[in-house]
Parts: sequence; C-alpha cells; structure tokens
Amino acid sequence: MADGEYTAHQESPVKTPIAELRGVSKRFGSVLAANNLNLEISEGEFLSFLGPSGCGKTTALRLLAGFESPTEGDVLLDGEVVNSLDAHLRPVNMVFQHYALFPHLTVAQNIGYGLKQRRPRVPKAIIAQKVEQALEIVRLEGFGERRIWEMSGGQQQRVALARATVNEPKLLLLDEPLAALDRKLRKEMQIELQNIQRRLGITFVLVTHDQEEALSMSDRICIMRDGQIEQVGSPQELYDRPANRYVASFVGTTNFFDGTITGVDGDRACILIENGQTVTGWNASGYSTNDPVSLCVRPEQIHLSHNNGSGEALAVLVLNRIFQGEQTEYLVRHDTFGEFLVLAPRQSELNEGPFNVDEWLFASWDASGALILSRNQSN
Amino acid sequence: MVMLVLPLTVVLIFSFGERGASGGYVPAFTLEQYANLPARWTAFKNTMVLAPIGTISSLLIAYPLAYFLAVRADPKWKTVLLVLVIVPFWTSILIRSYAWIFLLGGRGVPAFIDWIGFGSVRLINTPFAVLVGIVYGYLPLMVFPIFVSLDRLDKRLLEASSDLGATPTRTFVQITLPLCVPGIATGCLLVFILLMGEFLIPALLGGGKVFFVGNALVDLFLQSRNWAFGSAVAATLVFIMLISVTIYMRLISRLGTRREDVSLM
Ligand SMILES: Nc1ncnc2c1ncn2[C@@H]1O[C@H](COP(=O)(O)OP(=O)(O)OP(=O)(O)O)[C@@H](O)[C@H]1O
Ligand SMILES: [Mg+2]
Repeated sequence: MADGEYTAHQESPVKTPIAELRGVSKRFGSVLAANNLNLEISEGEFLSFLGPSGCGKTTALRLLAGFESPTEGDVLLDGEVVNSLDAHLRPVNMVFQHYALFPHLTVAQNIGYGLKQRRPRVPKAIIAQKVEQALEIVRLEGFGERRIWEMSGGQQQRVALARATVNEPKLLLLDEPLAALDRKLRKEMQIELQNIQRRLGITFVLVTHDQEEALSMSDRICIMRDGQIEQVGSPQELYDRPANRYVASFVGTTNFFDGTITGVDGDRACILIENGQTVTGWNASGYSTNDPVSLCVRPEQIHLSHNNGSGEALAVLVLNRIFQGEQTEYLVRHDTFGEFLVLAPRQSELNEGPFNVDEWLFASWDASGALILSRNQSN
Repeated sequence: MVMLVLPLTVVLIFSFGERGASGGYVPAFTLEQYANLPARWTAFKNTMVLAPIGTISSLLIAYPLAYFLAVRADPKWKTVLLVLVIVPFWTSILIRSYAWIFLLGGRGVPAFIDWIGFGSVRLINTPFAVLVGIVYGYLPLMVFPIFVSLDRLDKRLLEASSDLGATPTRTFVQITLPLCVPGIATGCLLVFILLMGEFLIPALLGGGKVFFVGNALVDLFLQSRNWAFGSAVAATLVFIMLISVTIYMRLISRLGTRREDVSLM
C-alpha cells in the first residue's frame, strides 16, 4: 500500500523542461534578432548563451523573461505556452546587463522589492528576514541601509543578484552580469555565482560573450550567431566535437587547414590540403570524396620534436615562444602549411630538451586529433 | 549676486519712505506704507489663492501630457510633438490671451452652453477665466521639466520592476512617480514663482475684477506713481514668496529622504 503510493508519486522519467523555445523567431523591423530558436532548458542546469555582439543573446533572454513576445514560434515555461504572458506574471527573474537597480531605494528595499509585490502580501518581518539572508548569501551583511550610489560596481552586481535570487524564481536569467567588472573581481564572482546556483538549485541562464566564462561555469553552452543557434552542448562536447568551423573557432583556439577530401576509409579520410600535401583526419561527420572541408587541429594535439620520428612530420621553424608554466605556446611556420599554433606540455620540453626560437623542429599529429569540419562557416 | 540683491535693497529702502507730493519717492523712515497694506488685501488674496491653484491645475494637465510625450509617443514624433507644445510659449501671451477673451466671452463658450440649454453663464472676467489663462499660458513651462525627467528615466528600471512582479500601476507608483519628483518640483517652482508676479493674464481675462498683486504694482508704480507704497507691496510679495518657497523646498527634501513611505503606498 505504502509502496504503491510511493511509486505513484514518483516523478515521470521524462521531465518537462523548465523552459523551452520552439521554433522561436523575433523580428525587429528588418532585423531578424532571433531565427528559429529551438532549445530545451532543464531544471537546475546552468546554461550559457555565447556569441559575438548583436547575435541575439539578449533577445533570447528577453523572450524568456517576457519583455518581448515571439514573432513566430512558442515560448514555454514548465510546459505551458506563455508567448504573451506579461513579465510580471512569469516565475522568472532577470539580472540586467547594467543591473538596473532602483536609485531611489536603499539596498535592502531593492532586494525586498520583488517580495513586496507579492499578493497576498508577505509580512514585513518575513521580507526583512529574507532580505537579510539574501545579503548574507552575496556577502553584503550590514549594507542594507546603504544607497545604491554608495556601492561599488562589484557590490552593485551582488545587490542585483540578491534582488533576483531572493524571489526564488524557477529560472534566473543573467545578461552579462560580470561584463562591467575587472578581471580579478570577475573571477571571484564567477565562483560565487556557481556556488549560489548550486546552493539554491535555481536554473541559471547566463549570457556572455566571454568564452572562458562560458566554458568554466556552464553545464551546457548554446553557441549563437546572427540570431541562430549554431550548437548546444557541454563545454567538452563543443570543444571536442564542434559542429562547424564557427563553433570550433569560438570555443578555444584552433588551427584550420582547408582542403578537399580525396578518399574515405571508415571514420578516417584523406584530405588534399590546398598546399598540395595530403593528410589524414577524423571524418566524424561523414563527409564524402570531393567535399570541400576544413581540418581542425587544436594546438595541444600537435606534437613537437627534434627528430622526425614517423618520417611524415612537418618541418617547422619556431617563430615565437610563450612560456605559460605547465605548458608553452609556440607559433611555428611550415613552408606550405603556413603559420600555426602549438601547445606543448612542459614535460615534452623536459624530455626533448628546449625548443628555441629560430630553431627547426618537426611537428606531427594523430589523425584522431584532426577533426574534419565543413569549410563553410556554418552547416 | 550684486545684480540680484541691489534692486531688492532699493525696493526695501523705498518701502520705508514716503510718497512725494507729485508722486515718486521722498526719503524717510516710516512704517506707514506697511500699515497701508490691507488696502490691497484683495490683490494678495487673489494671488495667494490662484497661484497655488493655477500651479496644481497646470501640473494635473501637464503630467499626463508629458507622460504621453515621453513614454507613449512614437520616438520619431516625440521631439516634433514637444516643440508643438512649447512653440505657443514663444508667441506673446497677449496675443494668445485675446483668443481666450473671445472664447470665454459672450459669443464664445457661454453662447454654446446657452445653445445646448444649460442656461447663461458668465466666464470672462471671472477667477475661472484667469485660471484657464494661467494654465494655458504656463503649461509648456510645466510640461518641459516633467518631460525631461520622464524621458531620462531609464526604461530598464521599469522592466526590472515588472520582472520583479509589479503590475504596471504599481510600477508607475513605485518607480516612475518617485523618480520624476525632481521634474515635478522644478516645474511647480517655476510656474508658482512666475504666477506670483503675474499681471497680464488677470488684466486681460479678469477684466479688472480679478486683481493680482502684479496688477496692484503696475497701478502703483505707473499710474498713481506711489513708489513708496508700491515698494512696500513688492517687498511683502517677495517676502511671501521666500517663505512659501522655503516651506516648499523643505517638503520636497522631506519627500526625498522619506521616499520609503512614498514607495510603500
Ligand atoms: N528593440 C529593438 N529594436 C530593433 N532592433 C533590435 C532591438 N533589440 C535588438 N535589436 C537588434 O537585434 C539584434 C540582436 O540584438 P541583441 O541585443 O539580442 O544582441 P546581443 O547578442 O545581446 O548583443 P550584445 O552582446 O552586444 O549585448 C541586433 O542586431 C540588434 O540591433
Ligand atoms: Mg546583449
């Protein structure tokens, strides 16, 4: 009996996403700011929108927040279509790009604002208590009575965060919340944000154009470009299996060599590079002979050596060397492949002896570390 | 500063003097002129009633107008519409008041009211006519500062308020209104101070029946050439203005510091 009830109350195995975009487009006059966006956001995850300026990241957030309604398609929250539901009725809160704190209210009043709007009314004592807790979470105890203009940029940022999280929204949207902070503070706040997200269990959707920020904080990243979603995936997926050249160049640094496929063998393919040489790459997307493609080789996949072990390595001249501690970045030049980057672990130099500028070396990579991508920027 | 204080000092000195035989001013030190003030009581009463009422009426009409211009109007037309509101201010109040003289006069609105069967009313030469003239004449002066404060209002604050669950009405009461208090305060102060010295509109639309202190001054200085008494009236007016402006400023700054109470509405 008790067992039966227990199973009856268990959650269904397929969870409804907390938010979803279904074929959403948004047009401003002649600008298509969002173009057929399809995305599911699941409960408790930390998702980032990453893309260059003007690619429609803010528009996507505003569609979720309810400041814009889609020209086409549906916005869903908790499985319900909310296309024209006004922002004040959505269980969603936003941290604005420039915080948008109320200048005529104190820090505590700013944070308590959302709770004060609730109907039926929340008792003042409870608001005060929750505000106090929120101040504690963002480490601003004792700042409640301050005015907004008496707070530093980093403090204002935390007030904005507290103002949004105190309402315990189902979905928290953050529009480049760290962009205005200096590097050190940004790093601290990144860690802080992750802690808060884990502690409160709120679903975070963060907008950023800083790839490092997206890579280090998110469970999943949604790469955008010209109003479209290029690829969605975990940071590792995007790094190891970028869908196209655009994603590859946006996530980490990459060397590209353009060429044409001359033969396919299983998941390997031979590519005639434009310099006349033929190399082998990993044909993960299944391109066929004569397809114009781009070979994507990450700098850390390239191996540098003083001798030509396999006999197929490329002879390269070291142009520049940047010591980074546990690894060293080299800019090298090959007669026909041109210049490319190599990232060598400290250990390889310790094993092989130093690689110096103006020295001739041999560079090589495994076919499995050379991903074949479409040459077009997008698919 | 000297430019500001000097005329006031002269007025103050004159107000303790006496009227010369053929007008003008004879130096003396007497409070006689001040003792005479009750003779102009009606002018003071009219000014002190109609200036605040006129200010508040202008505000009540100007605020929605400024709100429409700043928030609702298509941004492309905003400036054009604002200019249309302000342009009348550049033409002489004299010319504009004549239009009202006709409209409020026997063959204007009253004739229409009579025609639709509400009986005969008299509008011209009443305090109401003066009020209409005041509101009409000073509207741009009230609209402009309020427009500026609303126009400068960061729209993201309104979005933030909505995002935090406030209905449009509550956003207006808690965010828009408190943040344009400076604009409202400036507009009211400007209109109020100018109204205290107004004489043209009462003269034209009040027809000598609704007298302002300004009219009394014109009369005393230009007609009866009683400079000493005129100065006493002027000094009293300035004094009243100083007091009311001080009280007003106090109220506004109280509103500023106790904004919490306002926002709790
Ligand atoms: N209200 C609007 N009216 C007209 N065009 C708009 C509006 N909002 C956005 N756009 C346009 O839509 C496109 C996407 O804008 P959006 O603000 O979403 O970009 P973004 O990715 O957030 O850029 P950034 O990183 O610079 O903030 C841009 O070309 C922008 O000019
Ligand atoms: Mg943006």
